[in-house]
Amino acid sequence: MLLIHCPYCGESRSELEFRWAGEAHIARPENIAEISDEAFAEYFFIRDNTKGIAWERWRHIHGCGRFFNTIRDTVSDKFLLSYKAGLARQPVPGASEPVEGDAA
Amino acid sequence: MTSHRIKGAGRLTPARKARFTFDGKIYTALEGDTVASALLANGVHLMGRSFKYHRPRGILSAGAEEPNALLDVARDSARCQPNVRASVQEVFDGAIIQSQNRWPFLSFDIGGINNLLSPFFAAGFYYKTFMWPREAWAKLYEPIIRRAAGLGVAPKEEDPDHYANRFAHCDVLVAGAGAAGLTAALSAAETGASVILVDERAEVGGALLFDSGIVIDGKPGYDWAHGVLARLKAMPNVRVLTRTTVFGYYNHNFIGLAERVTDHLPRPNKSLPRERLWQVRAKKVVLATGAIERHMVFANNDRPGIMLASAARMYLNHYGVAVGSKVGVYTAHDSAYEAAFDLKRAGIDVVSIVDCRAKPNEALLSAARVLGIEVLSGYSVVNTSGRLRISSMTVARNGSTNHRKIPVDALLMSGGWTPSVHLFSQSRGKLKFDAENQRFLPNIYAEACVSVGACNGTDEIGALLAEASAAGGGALNLSGESAYAWTGGMIGAAEGAGPDTAVKAFVDFQHDVTAKDIRLAVREGMHSIEHIKRFTTNGMASDQGKLSNMHGLAIAAEMLGKDIPQVGLTTFRAPYTPVTYGTLIAHSRGDLFDPARKTPLHGELVAAGAEFEDVGNWKRAWYFPRRGEDMHAAVNRECKTAREVAGIFDASTLGKIEVVGPDAAKFLNLMYTNAWDNLKPGKCRYGIMTREDGFIYDDGVVGRLAEDRFHVTTTTGGAPRVLHHMEDYLQTEFPDLKVWLTSTTEQWAVIAVQGPKARDIIEPLVEGLDLSNEAFPHMSVAECTVMGVPARLFRVSFTGEIGFEVNVPADYGASVWKAIWERGEALGACLYGTETMHVLRAEKGYIIVGQDTDGTVTPDDAGYGWAVSKKKMDFVGIRGLKRPDLIRSGRKQLVGLLTQDLTEVLEEGGQIVADPNEPKPMTMLGHVTSAYWSENLGRSIAIALVADGRARMGKTVYIPMKDKTIAATVTDMVFFDKEGGRIHG
Amino acid sequence: MAELATRAVPLAGAHGGTASVRLKPASSAHRISLRAGEDAVSTLSTTLGLSLPTQPKTSASSGSRTALWLGPDEWLVIDEGEGGLVEAARSSGAVHSATDVSHRNTAILIEGPGSSDALNGGCPLDLSLKAFPVGSCARTLFGKIEVVLLRTGEQSFRLECWRSFSEYAFGLLREAALDAE
Repeated sequence: MLLIHCPYCGESRSELEFRWAGEAHIARPENIAEISDEAFAEYFFIRDNTKGIAWERWRHIHGCGRFFNTIRDTVSDKFLLSYKAGLARQPVPGASEPVEGDAA
Repeated sequence: MTSHRIKGAGRLTPARKARFTFDGKIYTALEGDTVASALLANGVHLMGRSFKYHRPRGILSAGAEEPNALLDVARDSARCQPNVRASVQEVFDGAIIQSQNRWPFLSFDIGGINNLLSPFFAAGFYYKTFMWPREAWAKLYEPIIRRAAGLGVAPKEEDPDHYANRFAHCDVLVAGAGAAGLTAALSAAETGASVILVDERAEVGGALLFDSGIVIDGKPGYDWAHGVLARLKAMPNVRVLTRTTVFGYYNHNFIGLAERVTDHLPRPNKSLPRERLWQVRAKKVVLATGAIERHMVFANNDRPGIMLASAARMYLNHYGVAVGSKVGVYTAHDSAYEAAFDLKRAGIDVVSIVDCRAKPNEALLSAARVLGIEVLSGYSVVNTSGRLRISSMTVARNGSTNHRKIPVDALLMSGGWTPSVHLFSQSRGKLKFDAENQRFLPNIYAEACVSVGACNGTDEIGALLAEASAAGGGALNLSGESAYAWTGGMIGAAEGAGPDTAVKAFVDFQHDVTAKDIRLAVREGMHSIEHIKRFTTNGMASDQGKLSNMHGLAIAAEMLGKDIPQVGLTTFRAPYTPVTYGTLIAHSRGDLFDPARKTPLHGELVAAGAEFEDVGNWKRAWYFPRRGEDMHAAVNRECKTAREVAGIFDASTLGKIEVVGPDAAKFLNLMYTNAWDNLKPGKCRYGIMTREDGFIYDDGVVGRLAEDRFHVTTTTGGAPRVLHHMEDYLQTEFPDLKVWLTSTTEQWAVIAVQGPKARDIIEPLVEGLDLSNEAFPHMSVAECTVMGVPARLFRVSFTGEIGFEVNVPADYGASVWKAIWERGEALGACLYGTETMHVLRAEKGYIIVGQDTDGTVTPDDAGYGWAVSKKKMDFVGIRGLKRPDLIRSGRKQLVGLLTQDLTEVLEEGGQIVADPNEPKPMTMLGHVTSAYWSENLGRSIAIALVADGRARMGKTVYIPMKDKTIAATVTDMVFFDKEGGRIHG
Repeated sequence: MAELATRAVPLAGAHGGTASVRLKPASSAHRISLRAGEDAVSTLSTTLGLSLPTQPKTSASSGSRTALWLGPDEWLVIDEGEGGLVEAARSSGAVHSATDVSHRNTAILIEGPGSSDALNGGCPLDLSLKAFPVGSCARTLFGKIEVVLLRTGEQSFRLECWRSFSEYAFGLLREAALDAE
């Protein structure tokens, strides 16, 4: 069972209190009503499902209730960083090279 | 009966006796005995029959790795546990113990014929023989195999014991309380860290319990261990858990422990749980899990009386039991000599030490000479004899065919020691192969964890103590001496069990896998250990190959001509040893299995004779049968009464969310397909919520209480997910909106009063509100006072009748319900439940999200296209609804179905076709989503999802059933009061 | 005028516990779920008569009122006295949401040396005094339900849960209390 750091509670708590909420940094298009089918498919259906370093959303649903973002290695299950919702995609701590997708 | 207990030996108290039965015979044990030590003390070696060949088996080990002596241990008929390891279970007074896997007797087992038929039971036999025909598998093969091969039998009665759970946190968790574990725990505890020290045995000490040759800090190892234990127990920051197994090492230092609390007690206090599950989160884990002695793989190495050398030493030094009177030793490792010496010094005749190594340690040889024990170095045991217990061993010089038969009644063996890396491996640590010593050792750690002592390959006692002390984070300065190192020995098949022989040299005792089976697997093309394991089932029994894995690997590697690391090592998985379901379930049984949510009106519903149905965790009133009524009759009466007079219904479970803030309407505009700006305070609107993909997610009535306050209702089952969905958008997509969401589902008791007399029933109870149609029309909401308490009154209807939903603070619900029912009853109204609610809404064509929709239905498909705003620039689902697949023709649409036979009620889920004579596979048009008998209409009605449904109005469709085909006519969904006048009173 | 409604509280008559863990249902209380941004904290604190805590896992009490930090913009305010919480919040004039949840929640009081053991029978939090000192509070889990836990003393806790979960909570506490040291 994972131990997850909640950036709002400022401490790590049991996975039991959390709910996974999918890939992070997929912003809902401002002009969603106008976007093309392809753009909508990209936004709503297509996910990277990364093996390795993944930016994810979690919700501390049975705690402070907040959604937040993490960087997790999906192979080792190590959390590299937790940060508040609304912040830009954070770099991988300790990584010297920017990881692909950083610009998004 | 002769006792094999040696006076003065062991640490048990002779005066403290316990009586137990084994296969119906009464035996005496000493308190602290395991079942194994007690049986051995009584001269019983035969303890079970093997899994596949039903070969007689005795005790092999003195610990958790035991593969042979699995027994049924019972207090009574309900408290009976199968597959208990005799070497782990302590004897308690009154224990009823039985052997397994034998019929009719342990000493004469008819299944033993499998042993003679063993050529047919070779590796892969099941896979190859019972492949086909498929029917025969379920009817013939499996039942027979199960009967023949089964282990113990689970009791049929409910488990009368209870089990506990405890979450715990600590700075340092130490797994194993041998020399290394005790040192690490003490070292950590002295720094002030919170420490949990865990050991699976009843007593701490680990190898110090049997190894009489270890001296620590100038004291004999066992005495030192108890000294440390006393110090640890006196420290408030330390918890010592014995009889507790670290069964699982999970992510982020989450550790599962199973503590056996009462299994050793003759008459446990009823308040004690039988077992306790500990769910521990440790900042650091110290693994001090030691090493397990390996057996030797040679012909007929499985007879009762053949056991690990360390086990014999444990039975002698700790339990005071002699495992034989004429003992042979077969070893590839120094430690067996110490066992031989201990036995010899205790007065037991040790006839020979057979050492397969050509040049054993000279010091050991001279010690053996001094004690008068013959050592045959460069020799091997090539066979054994004896039916129910070993009677002789046959030895031969390596490479020679000259055999010598030596009578023995016990044979101790040691192939060396395998570090217990199971927990390290479970933690996803990476092992490396130590080629010099032929063992896998911890290498790369995945967690905050450190291995110390024998499980880390640290052999020398001084180094071990220093390593353990450092791991604890403190600085203990301990000296130690021991007689031999743990390294060395051999893995794989011994002399005489090599590739050219067909002897039964067991690798895996529990699954009856021999060296020959492993070789067969390789010959048949299995080249990876994962395949070899599955083909032979080596290491797949409940002991998880604690003894067999390394041997199996070595034999396979030899056959493949590869190094061991190239063949691979199977992954160790939790649990380390079997854990009872009771422990894993802990408190979650009976009433605590799952919360049963009851509404504030529950007591009133029970008093009124309601039958209940489960809706999620809720107990909802289903129907209210009167004397002599079945469900059908009750529902028919409720349906009629509600439309003719009025019905009263507990709607408290309806999800409720208070949406408050200056941007409340703006937020709801985004969350629902409908528009909310123009909804005036005091009014309600039915809203549909879609997901981004355009499919219906939930629905419900939303009332506007003020400019900045909405009372949103959701489906009963949808309440938590709708709130989660809304929070997701509010927090992450629209965080600038000033609006907050609060669940108020349980704040309010909701009493729905529906029917022509609804207003008459509630009017006298309501203050400060004109309930007339003009002042308070359909789809109104108001805050008012009901029976003196602040209430929210909704004029809404899910029946098509004039209807009110009275919301009062939950504690007042029962009282208000009583008053409403008192008036209602006097006016001829009825109570109704969810079944009638379903029928009444279906008569009106109102959908139930999740029943009539399934996550692929758009508002338009459901006939609710009118609820989608055409003016809004944005809402969740706006783009999804424009997807090509959602606007194409031919989509399934919700329509009504009227069976041509009025009395035929369709089955929900029934498939619909246009042409009943079409050959299979037929073209499915859709399926029936709701179907009821409508007493009000005097016929059956149904709602269905049908391809192009609205274009098929008036057409006949067919619902093929198992025994007939039902014809139905497609209609619109409103069956009753099509004009809709009744709702307005 | 119609007859007046009478009140029936959840867990009426519930009892349980052991010598080391005493369990009892708390009396009825006034409660609001209070939601507001940072900018509103000081005015809301003034009109509510207590300092709304802004640190995670902390609470603040004044008179009959206690405010529990549940999230960065969320408090559970409990008043065991006269009430008036919604009105007090409204009088601040600040943008906020105050929703009456007096009847939604109910509370169980747990007292005695075995309290934290009993709670750890179902609660995954570290309840040591170091990690969860007096005055600490958190929304968390107890067995299969969500609860709000407040430590009222070294050996006493208040467990708040939704009313329909209270029988489960009391039942699990009763059983876990048997196993508390």
